[in-house]
Amino acid sequence: MTILQSLANRDRVFDFLIPDPSPVDVRHGPILYLEDVSVSFDGFKAINDLNLTIDDGELRCIIGPNGAGKTTMMDIITGKTRPDHGQVWFGSRHNLLTMNEPEIATLGIGRKFQKPTVFEALSVFENLELAMSADKRVMPTLVARLSGEARDRIDEVLEMIGLQTERDRAAGILSHGQKQWLEIGMLLMQRPRLLLVDEPVAGMTEQEMERTGELLTSLAGKQSVVVVEHDMGFVRSIARKVTVLHQGSVLAEGSMDQVSSDPRVVEVYLGEES
Amino acid sequence: MNLLRTIKATLLFWCCVALATPVLAQQTNIAEQDVPPELAALAADSYADKGKAIQALIASDHPRTRTWLTTLLDGKLQRIKESGRFVIVTDNRGRDWTVIDAVDDTPLGEVSRRNIDRITINNALRNQLRSAMAVLDLDAPTVQERLASADRLLGKVDVNLAEPLAARLEAEESPAVRDKLTQALAIYQLQSGDSAAISEAIDTLSGSLNPAVRAALNGVAAGEGEAAESARQALAGIEQKLKLNRAAETLYFGLSLGSVLVLAAIGLAITFGVMGVINMAHGELIMLGAYTTWMMQQLLPGQPGLALILSIPAGFLVAAVAGIIIERSVIRFLKGRPLETLLATFGVSLILQQLVRTLVSPLNRTVVTPEWMSGSLVINEALSLTLNRLYVLGFALVVFAGIMLVMRKTRLGLEVRAVTQNRAMARSMGIRATRVDIMTFALGSGVAGLAGVALSQLTNVGPNLGQSYIIDSFMVVVFGGVGNLWGTLVAGMSLGVINQVLEPWAGAILAKIIVLVFIILFIQKRPRGLFPQKGRAAEG
Amino acid sequence: MHWLAKPATERSTQIFIGVLTAALVAVCLLNLLLPAGHPLHVSTYTVTLLGKYLCYALLAVAVDLVWGYLGILSLGHGAFFALGGYAMGMYLMRQIGDRGVYGHPVLPDFMVFLDWESLPWYWHGFDMAWFAFLMVLLVPGLLALVFGFLAFRSRVTGVYLSIITQALTFALMLAFFRNEMGFGGNNGLTDFKELLTFDLSADSTRLGLFVASGLALGLGYWLCRAIVSSKLGRVCVASRDAEARTRFLGYRVERVQLFVFVVSAMLAGVAGALYVPQVGIINPSVFSPLFSIEIVVWVALGGRATLYGAVIGAILVNYAKTVFTGVMPDAWLFALGGLFVIATVVLPQGLAGLLAKRKRGKPTASAKGVKEATA
Repeated sequence: MTILQSLANRDRVFDFLIPDPSPVDVRHGPILYLEDVSVSFDGFKAINDLNLTIDDGELRCIIGPNGAGKTTMMDIITGKTRPDHGQVWFGSRHNLLTMNEPEIATLGIGRKFQKPTVFEALSVFENLELAMSADKRVMPTLVARLSGEARDRIDEVLEMIGLQTERDRAAGILSHGQKQWLEIGMLLMQRPRLLLVDEPVAGMTEQEMERTGELLTSLAGKQSVVVVEHDMGFVRSIARKVTVLHQGSVLAEGSMDQVSSDPRVVEVYLGEES
Repeated sequence: MNLLRTIKATLLFWCCVALATPVLAQQTNIAEQDVPPELAALAADSYADKGKAIQALIASDHPRTRTWLTTLLDGKLQRIKESGRFVIVTDNRGRDWTVIDAVDDTPLGEVSRRNIDRITINNALRNQLRSAMAVLDLDAPTVQERLASADRLLGKVDVNLAEPLAARLEAEESPAVRDKLTQALAIYQLQSGDSAAISEAIDTLSGSLNPAVRAALNGVAAGEGEAAESARQALAGIEQKLKLNRAAETLYFGLSLGSVLVLAAIGLAITFGVMGVINMAHGELIMLGAYTTWMMQQLLPGQPGLALILSIPAGFLVAAVAGIIIERSVIRFLKGRPLETLLATFGVSLILQQLVRTLVSPLNRTVVTPEWMSGSLVINEALSLTLNRLYVLGFALVVFAGIMLVMRKTRLGLEVRAVTQNRAMARSMGIRATRVDIMTFALGSGVAGLAGVALSQLTNVGPNLGQSYIIDSFMVVVFGGVGNLWGTLVAGMSLGVINQVLEPWAGAILAKIIVLVFIILFIQKRPRGLFPQKGRAAEG
Repeated sequence: MHWLAKPATERSTQIFIGVLTAALVAVCLLNLLLPAGHPLHVSTYTVTLLGKYLCYALLAVAVDLVWGYLGILSLGHGAFFALGGYAMGMYLMRQIGDRGVYGHPVLPDFMVFLDWESLPWYWHGFDMAWFAFLMVLLVPGLLALVFGFLAFRSRVTGVYLSIITQALTFALMLAFFRNEMGFGGNNGLTDFKELLTFDLSADSTRLGLFVASGLALGLGYWLCRAIVSSKLGRVCVASRDAEARTRFLGYRVERVQLFVFVVSAMLAGVAGALYVPQVGIINPSVFSPLFSIEIVVWVALGGRATLYGAVIGAILVNYAKTVFTGVMPDAWLFALGGLFVIATVVLPQGLAGLLAKRKRGKPTASAKGVKEATA
């Protein structure tokens, strides 16, 4: 009986072929979970027993003085750097320490670099096309055809990031702010569950900053967003929960007001800032 | 008629005088030769009698024994046919030979070679003479000469020599010479047939590395019985020792090859490792250094040693200037484009090679090795270290230490490190980055020149000299970890040793292939070499 | 298979294929129809020379594919070319049969000379054309697969990769120089008689080989064009300019590199296989690092990441080489060395870059930001 049924369901002959409906398991809490993570370069402890949890749909801002380990933390989450010890989990199912960058990216973690990195030799449209979620193995990529649907999606994102007029121009000739936007656009094309955004507003005008803030807050809820930023004004404008990193570990965590009244934070960071 | 007679008579007289002159001279100027019986016996008819005569002569302690034996061996001890006088030929060119008296060295003028008889000897006698003379040489004043003659006696001792040698051994003071003599006598004893003597001899000989000793022991070991067994044991012991020595030799050759690699690579470690500049013409800078040595020797004929020493600063300067020219004319336009730099400098290397081919010659030039660098340092009978390689090894270490000092302790080293780590920051602190670039590149190139000077003592100096080292040098730098001078030293030395260890069973070419494949695989495993730089600086 | 058809819609490919076809037809006609004394007659010698240039051009296209689009500077592509050539050479050796100097029915002359009793195992099968032609693709492809797998997996890129590819071809050269390897040692493989029953010394065979080289170049160019104008081609350019970024988008850069590297090695193998019957010999000098780096200068001079630039560069430089080595052999190395410097310092975008500048077309992958994928 069951065999007959399974034969009738031609798309269900082998169980392992069934695509996993929700690859990221967040039923038991956080979408990102770091525990006791440490890494050192030549004796210098860049990350020191770091513990951090990001909840599903949360917008988290991470601040900290230079050398606090913000970028290294992102490197660890995205698989670029391997920690000396500790655990990094995506949802409760995926151990990120056993995966490489493309696997982690495919799983749904997108990253925007501190220095805007777009593919300068390719057009804006092509940049977004490459970022789009798709089967990214070699052969499927070779024979890939752009469907009308995908084209619409790209145009939609182009509009969101305000680069419709630059659609066919090489990304290399965009202004700094435009490149930042393009990179955010590429993140959106990836449809990640978790966005890691490293200094998104560096080099942007006041107006552009405002739009970026709006975009990031609108994303939160559907996706989780982690923003690393230096600009205090910007952080204040979007932050609900702020984590302060210092010397590779968490110094304080809480709302912007709580954090900025913490004397230790004032001493190491805000003190210099104001 | 009368007149005719007179003329005839006169002619006859002068003819007679002319013919008789030598004889007359002999008879008028020189007393009859007083031939000692030991010398006279040498002219015996049979070789056996001659052999006995030689024996007797040695036993006689006659002051001229040595002269007679040497001249006899050289075939210069001869006799005048008519008079039976013993003479020594001092010049045997032309028809008339110059001779001197064999007893008292009186010059006897020239004698037609037809009038002289050689005292002939055969090979057996020759051998006997040589050993006999070795025994005589044991009386030489210096230990070195005595040691050499004792060495010649190994395996040559026979019944006749045994006794005088034993006596000589008693009188000998130097322990080294005594050792040798004991061994020589022991080898003689091996053939004696007396089993006690043989086992004693084997005891004496075990542990010796001399090939003659091993040959003698092998002779005994081939037989049967107790003696053969103990000889085999002794041989096994010797074999063990030999293995150790061979290992030491391999290590030495490995370190020597390693020192060459380090010398060739250390300049590259500076330009590539520290500055990040890929200089494919590095090999040709080495070649320029080698040609500078050749040039200096041409300028100072007859003084190869002085020329070599002067070549050290000269080679450095020539290569450094060439390096500066390359840096200014090509490399500076390609900053931050390593692959293009690689290609452009490769082009430069082709030009330099062809330049040498056109200006000097496409053929190899010979660079003379000065006397104090030739020969070898004898450690024991199985191990001797060639001096030129030893010098190069030392030179490589000195150069390395020098580079370390420059990089660690001088202002230039500090500036180089600053510019490498953060160019913009260094400039803003008042360091003239361009000047630092030039100086660093000149330093790296100059060291390549030094490598060339050293290499000229080990290999042929030709236009292709550099080409054969460039891949190896890059391998060393990459294997050691780019930017790490210590890594270059360790990598160069270990690659040299690995190569030499592989060579005996794989052959030179296969060993090289294996090493290359090994490095290729190694880089896959550890892309940043043996001693990688970590952290942010390494990401660049 | 629309990705394979894509180049047909490209202007540059249309022009390239058009010019190539016209040249092939013209040479054939001038060779066949005009009498030998005619000033426009193309002699068979020239036809073979041109055929050799076409093989070099295909090789240059293969190098441009990995260097121009992937940013991987291979200084060992001569090795793949040589392996393809040796595979073809082995087939041609087996075709000699008992017509060799020693008249042995199976063993090639050099093996008889070395007193070998029987064929080494790896020589079996090369008497069959299909097997040999398969090996022309498989042997270089397999080497590229193994080498590339190890290298790209551990992210050896940039200068490091260049140097170890050079070491690879150097090691192979040393190996092939050894008589024990069974590839004719120093002398290599030569004295070929016929290919697929066609007499290699016949004029018609030579013309046929020339046309075959032209076809191979056209097909190879088409295939490369199809790859670079597909989405995969854009991933290549992306990984060349920002490798880390490409990984974070979810592409397995090392697999992309491996795929393209293997394709390129196979193309180089085909070029080598067509080269050998025309030149009549294959020996270890083709493995020399100098040859491999020469290929790179053809591409650099012609212009990277254009493909047609590689073809122009290969033909121009080799024509210059033929002329120079004939007139003043000593000057050739000066000229070649100078070319290296000029191509990098003065003409970083090559001749194709000059052309593009004149046309002032829209920026493409070729004209814009051809940057190093530095380590």
